[in-house]
Amino acid sequence: MKEEIVIAGFGGQGVLSMGKILAYAALMNGLEVTWMPAYGPEQRGGTANVTVILSDSPISSPVLDSYDIAVVLNQQSLDKFESHVKPGGVLIYDSYGIHRRPSRTDITVHEVNAMEATFAMGNSKTYNMVVLGALLGIKELVPMEAVVKGLKKTLPERHHHLIPLNEAAIERGMALVKG
Amino acid sequence: MKGNEAIAHAAIRYGADGYFGYPITPQSEVLETLEEEMPWETTGMVVLQAESEIAAINMVYGGASCGKAVLTSSSSPGVSLKQEGISYIAAGELPALIINVMRGGPGLGTIQPSQADYFQATKGGGHGDYRLITLAPSSVQEMADFVFLGFDLAFKYRTPAIILADGIVGQMMEKVVLPEQRPRRTNEEIARQCPWAVTGKPSFRGRNVVTTLELEPAAMEVINNRLQEKYRLIEENEVRFSTYDIEDADYLLVAFGSIARICQKAVEVARSQGVKLGILRPITLWPFPSAEIERISAHVKGILVVELNAGQMIEDVRMACHDSIPVYHYGRLGGIVPNPQEVLDAFFDRFPEANS
Repeated sequence: MKEEIVIAGFGGQGVLSMGKILAYAALMNGLEVTWMPAYGPEQRGGTANVTVILSDSPISSPVLDSYDIAVVLNQQSLDKFESHVKPGGVLIYDSYGIHRRPSRTDITVHEVNAMEATFAMGNSKTYNMVVLGALLGIKELVPMEAVVKGLKKTLPERHHHLIPLNEAAIERGMALVKG
Repeated sequence: MKGNEAIAHAAIRYGADGYFGYPITPQSEVLETLEEEMPWETTGMVVLQAESEIAAINMVYGGASCGKAVLTSSSSPGVSLKQEGISYIAAGELPALIINVMRGGPGLGTIQPSQADYFQATKGGGHGDYRLITLAPSSVQEMADFVFLGFDLAFKYRTPAIILADGIVGQMMEKVVLPEQRPRRTNEEIARQCPWAVTGKPSFRGRNVVTTLELEPAAMEVINNRLQEKYRLIEENEVRFSTYDIEDADYLLVAFGSIARICQKAVEVARSQGVKLGILRPITLWPFPSAEIERISAHVKGILVVELNAGQMIEDVRMACHDSIPVYHYGRLGGIVPNPQEVLDAFFDRFPEANS
């Protein structure tokens, strides 16, 4: 098993921490992982992205040019990464603020209204967890127990009381994609 | 955890006595993690943010003179500031560990990853005839492991060692298994293991003096020759490298640090297309694995050296194979990191015949 994933959006949307929680969850589940932030020239212009690789064997390059799964949360990221999804791969995008939709037909495209769902939940800080839920609903990369362990590992202890709220956000995201 | 965090944890677990540093991107997590872990309350390790990089390296110089296990870390512009101190530490024949998480230069340059300090680390960034044992980690695990290896080699040969990392391996997160916690050495152990150290003069021996000044040319030449003998010994015994898919390779990639990981993926893709590509990754950049490259060069048609610089390690590769086969370079500058496909495209551009 090997999943090469890119998560991209605006800085501040929680893209890097979503990747971190996913990586920790996979680590807790016994997988090899790399988490490579762009901490690159890409960051100029206010977009952030992170490459997360999950594998049951050692991982060579942490830097990639094509992905099994792309999760894109704004127009710039969609424009940038749509063409880098492997044929047969998965593209997940939030339609909020998108005016030019994806056009490829050789990949599976999922439109997720995570921003609207987050507004409805009333806490905009859990946006990235709604998105993570949608990703896990589409592709069960790691079981929920591992995600909770990942949350515990990444959140400082003083924020552990927020874990149930984050779990609820993940479940909301999963519900969004379960037709 | 991040590579920078792994360095901090490994330093504590090695039983290091002191860390002296000054923040600079992309390695500030080393100091931050040490401050968070507060090892002064557990192992007694000193962690100090100095007033400058120059102050930090001179604190290392002082600590090392006392036989203590001390380290400093910085990124390229900060490591340039440390060069005078590094030359003195080498001349004083003192063990110390220096970490450079490289960013793009020259000057203040960029905070993005680079490998452009290869010359500085391996050819002597400071003045005088000295060498630095130069370790190039390509994973977060090696960031931790090389703290132990670097210290061990530094004490074994009484010479400074440097971990030459880059912004990628510093900022990347991966799984890491940290070494067991070792106790810090007691003053008695230091006095026994480092009889040269400045630890206070007991009645049974004369004074220990650490100095780098010798005005008498004949005496200075003796010192120089002793240093050179030590460097020859290190060249004979401490070369480290790893290879991947070289046995039947028609062409070879040579790359170090995180770029070697990107190249390994390029090799995987090339192999899937039936192109027999292999890779050699020098782990010690000095001493350089010249003999192994010479051996491989006898049965490959060409070499592509891939670096995040304009062509530095390629000089050592060309010397190793005596220019008996074509050796080309592919480098990205300014903090740009090539992906595996770009490496492969560069390879086929230099060696179009490999595609047939």
